[in-house]
Parts: sequence; structure tokens; C-alpha cells
Amino acid sequence: MSEIQVWALVFVGLTFAAYLYIAWRSRVKETAGFYVAGQGIPPVANGAAVAADWMSAASFISMAGLIAFLGSDGSVYLMGWTGGYVLLALLLAPYLRKWGKFTVPEFVGDRYAEYVRLIAAVAAIIVSFTYVVGQMRGGGIVFSRFLNLEITGGVIVAAIIIFLYAVLGGMKGITWTQVAQYSVMIVAYLIPAVAIAQQMTGIPIPQISFGQILAELDAMSAQFGLDAYTQAFTARPQLDVFLVTMSLMIGTAGLPHVIIRFYTTRSVRGARFSALWALVFIALLYTTAPAVGAFTKLNLMQGVHGVAADALPAWVQNWAATGLVTVAEGATTIGSLSNKEGSGADLIVNNDILVLATPEIAGLPAPIVGLVAAGGLAAAMSTAAGLLLVISSSVSHDLYFRVVKKEASESQRLLVGRIAMGLAVLVAIYGGINPPAYVAQVVAFAFGLAASTFFPILVLGIFWKRANAIGAAAGMIAGLVFTSSYMIYTLDVFGTEAHAHIMGISPEGIGTLGAIVNLVVMITVSKLTAPPSEHIQEMVEEIRYPARRTQSVTVAE
Amino acid sequence: MTDTVRESAPGEPPGHQPVNGWRKEYWRKNLRLMVVLLSIWFFVSFVCGILLIEPLNTVVIFGFPLGLWFAQQGAIYTFVALIGVYALRMDKLDDEFGVSERDGEGNRL
Repeated sequence: MSEIQVWALVFVGLTFAAYLYIAWRSRVKETAGFYVAGQGIPPVANGAAVAADWMSAASFISMAGLIAFLGSDGSVYLMGWTGGYVLLALLLAPYLRKWGKFTVPEFVGDRYAEYVRLIAAVAAIIVSFTYVVGQMRGGGIVFSRFLNLEITGGVIVAAIIIFLYAVLGGMKGITWTQVAQYSVMIVAYLIPAVAIAQQMTGIPIPQISFGQILAELDAMSAQFGLDAYTQAFTARPQLDVFLVTMSLMIGTAGLPHVIIRFYTTRSVRGARFSALWALVFIALLYTTAPAVGAFTKLNLMQGVHGVAADALPAWVQNWAATGLVTVAEGATTIGSLSNKEGSGADLIVNNDILVLATPEIAGLPAPIVGLVAAGGLAAAMSTAAGLLLVISSSVSHDLYFRVVKKEASESQRLLVGRIAMGLAVLVAIYGGINPPAYVAQVVAFAFGLAASTFFPILVLGIFWKRANAIGAAAGMIAGLVFTSSYMIYTLDVFGTEAHAHIMGISPEGIGTLGAIVNLVVMITVSKLTAPPSEHIQEMVEEIRYPARRTQSVTVAE
Repeated sequence: MTDTVRESAPGEPPGHQPVNGWRKEYWRKNLRLMVVLLSIWFFVSFVCGILLIEPLNTVVIFGFPLGLWFAQQGAIYTFVALIGVYALRMDKLDDEFGVSERDGEGNRL
């Protein structure tokens, strides 16, 4: 076992022990009555928990690598996954907090009708499942590298651990564990980034210093026959960049497992500030990611350009075992580079390995490599566990209990939920081994589905009293069918043939159009049918005001 | 769990009497703030970072083509600022209309 693997196992072991310890401690405290009623979780801690829950393998492991290969067009992920919090904070979180129902199907059931709740539950399962597939792949890459496994074995190990983690239960509900996971993630991300920034530019603030290497990066890209790194719209047409960014933003605001987190705040105000803190914590990683992408790309290209195939840096050998880095047969010196299998380039690097390999590529010491592995796992685990819980609660609470067996006991429901979780993991293993795309892209599909199903019906449900059940049901179904059809049409999933993109619109961007379809259908159908009951309209009115008005009005001026 | 704290606040007649003119006013101010902030949100990301990225890229500051900087850095900082402004302004607005959430001692919840 190499030094790097030893360190990886040490850090992974230590951090997992810490999560379990915190979970156990918090639990003991709770039963001992330390958390007295009304003592909510402070917005700062809740914000860190939201950040950990939400930043997944896609953000941590995959995104910077994708940016490294997409160049300027990789910005869609940066803007898309942060801009959504503005929508969440301004349009959804405070009002949903006031409403008091925090799983998306439950809100939908209250605001619209029971049958709309069932549609929402099915949609929540589809969205979460797609998202879980991305996490399996991300976790699998970590294990395959540090346990010396083929990627298949890595995915299976990751799946088993994620499953145990979610079934242990409670774990997820305990915010402090997630605060710890966020801390591990951000430290693991920033340390190598700062070290590399210092090494390459002499300025230890990656956000500022990566500007200095962009010109060099453009020149180096030209030597490899690639498009200039800073050139916009080389990887995607402008229309698609616009649509993907929008889809990720409105998808973020509609994700069932993110919305659920705003329940733990003690007030409407707490929900607003939680959203603020969440984005502060997320922005710390997200403004670093483009720097990591740029530095690593330059390092990588400088390290291999014109080098003989048998004299390549050690990291190429280390990662070759995973099958995610390949040197073309018969290549003598490296003159071309690609992230695509079968592109015929001399060196093919799967972009999902770049963040994990960044410290190795930069020649940083082994403990840092191990730390990054622990961070990647924290990202994949915390998100996957949250998603599996959404799947299990939707199946057991919203579907089984409501439809199949109304008299189901608590333990029966729990059992059904666990079976659903187990099945989801099994199918996700298959998806993780045969992913339809890179981790960040798979996750982007989940956001597209969330965008086209949930966002319109949640926003209209809050801001438009006239929105009714039949409108919401029709809108959601139209959005979901439209979006998923296009994804299946353009992707090679379920054994179907992948067709060319229509007008350059990628399956990651289709969610925006799906949301528009949903919106139009919902407004039209609502207008043509009877308005919701007085009672519901009254409830929609009430959530506008955080608290009941007091007589003594404090005038701010 | 905490919304009940001030359910017993005195003097507020139930229902939608004209007395509730403040509701319209509060909501109007909330919406206006929202529209202003969302316009900025759209401008820094979709306009500066996507629609006008190519002309902006001709300006280079500290090595960053400006359009790329907006797309990879500037937009994100602005998003944080927007939510910050929203949360603080809403605190003021809630106070102004007497709908802020307070515990028994009048501290913010």
C-alpha cells in the first residue's frame, strides 16, 4: 500500500469516527433534554448544514475538473448552483417556513390536493434518484483510487457505505454532523487550492491569483490544439449556456432535500438568514473551484506536454489503475489531450478525477491527498444520505401509507421505507457503474427535473392565490414528461439511441423550457377551472406575514 | 413551533376588514424589494456573464477577462450580497409593520 493510500485511509477513518461521535453525542444530549423546546438551531449552523447537504460529489469532486476541460463555458455550474439560492431565499424559504410543512409533497398536499401530493411524491423520487446516481459514481471514484479497485468495485463499496449511513438513520437529521462534514469538505478543498496558488503565482488567494495564469493557459491550450481556455461558447452554444444556467438555478430552488432543511430554523427570519449563511459557505468553495480548475489544467498540460509516454509523471500511473486515465497505445510522446474516451488523443483524462488528483499533479505531500479523499467522501455521503431519506419518506409516507395501506403501522412504514432505500441503492449501483455522463452532468439532469416539476408549482402556490390543484397537477405532469422525454431522446439511457441536440439545447438545459411548459400549462388550466377554496386562499395570504401584527408598531425611522 | 408565541397579541381584529390596508402596503414593499434584487441577480449573471460576455472579455483586469470574471467570480459575490441585503431589509420592514417574530421579552427569534 502506498503512502498516499495510507493517508487517505487515515483521514477517511478519522473523519467518519468524528461524524459518528458527534451524531452519538447529539443524540444523548437530546434525550437528556438539552435541546429545550424553542431552542432552534442557529442560522449559521443551519447554513453550514444546508451547504453540506447540498454540495455533493458534483460540487466537490466533479465540478472543477469539468471547468478545467470546458473552460469559460464551465461557468454554467458556478452561476447556476449559486444563483439558485437567491431565488430560494427571496421566493420560497421564508414562506415555506411560515407554512410549516417542509417536505415538498406535504406542502403540495396542503396547498393543492391529495392527488397532487402523489404526483409530487413520484416526481421527488425521480429527482432524488437521478441525483443519487451521481453520488454513487463520485464515491466510487474515491474508493477505486484509494483501495486500488476497478471503478465497478469502487461504486459497490461506496453504495454499501452510503446505504449503511442512511439506514443508521437519525444521522442525517442531526445538523451538527453536517456542520462537521462541511468543515471537512471546505478545509480539504481550500488547503490544496491555497498551496497551489502560492506555488504557481506567489499569491495565496486562489480567487485573485488565477487571473495571472489565464493568458499562459490560453497559450498552452493552443499548443495542444485546444480552444482558448477563456474563449466563451466553445463547448456549448450561447443559447444552451443560458438555458443550463437557468435550469440549475431554478432546480436548486426546487430540490426537495434542500427545502426540507429550512424547517430546522426557529423562525421566518431564521430561514432568510440560513439561506444567506448557506450561500456564504457555498460561495467559499464555488469561487475557489474555477481557480482549482485553471491551475490544475495548466499543471497537467505543462507536466505532460511533449513528454515521452514511458516518462510520464507518477500520478498518471497511479490513476491508470482506475481506468479513468489512459495513455493511447503506441503513443511515444504526449502531443494531444482529451477528456473523452475514444477521441484518439495521446492522453485521456476523465475530468471527474481532476480534483482528487490535483494535489498529486501539483506534487503536494501525501497527507493532503488523503485529506482531499476524505473531503470528497464527506460530500458524496452527506448528500446521498439526505436523498435516500427523501426517497424512503416519499415511498413510505406519501405513497404506501396514503395509497396502498391506510392503516399501516409506524414500523410497517419504516420497513417499506428501508426496502425502497435498498432498491434505490441497487439500481443506483447500476447507474453509477454505467453513468450516462460525468458526475456533474448527471446531477444537472436531476436539477433539470426539479426545475420543470417543482419550481413553478411552489412559486405560484405562494404568490398566486388563484393557482389550483388541477392546474398544478397538469403543469407538473407536462413539465416532467416534456423534460424527461427530451433527456431520454438525447441520452443513451435505457438502451435507447442518443439523438443529436435540437437547436444545440443540451439535456442539462432542457429543464428551463420544461419549467416554462409547466408554468404555461398551470396558469392556463387554473384559469379555466374553479379557484381554490376560501380557506386555502386565506392560508396563502397568511404566509406573507412572518408574525401576527402587534398593536405597538415600532417605526423604524 | 414558535409561531404561536404571539397568537394572543391584543387588538387585532380577525379577517379582511379595510383595517388591513397595512397588509397591501407591506406586501407591495416586499414585492418591490424582490423585483429590484432579482433584476440585479439577472443582470450580473445572465447579462454580464452570458449575453455580454464576449464584449466584456475585451477588458482585462488583473489578468481576468471581465466577462469571464463576472461568470466565475463576480456573479457569486453579488448573489451573497443580494441575499444579505434582502434579509436585513426584511428585518426593517417587519419591524416597521410590527410583524417581526419576537419572543416574550421582545428579542428577535
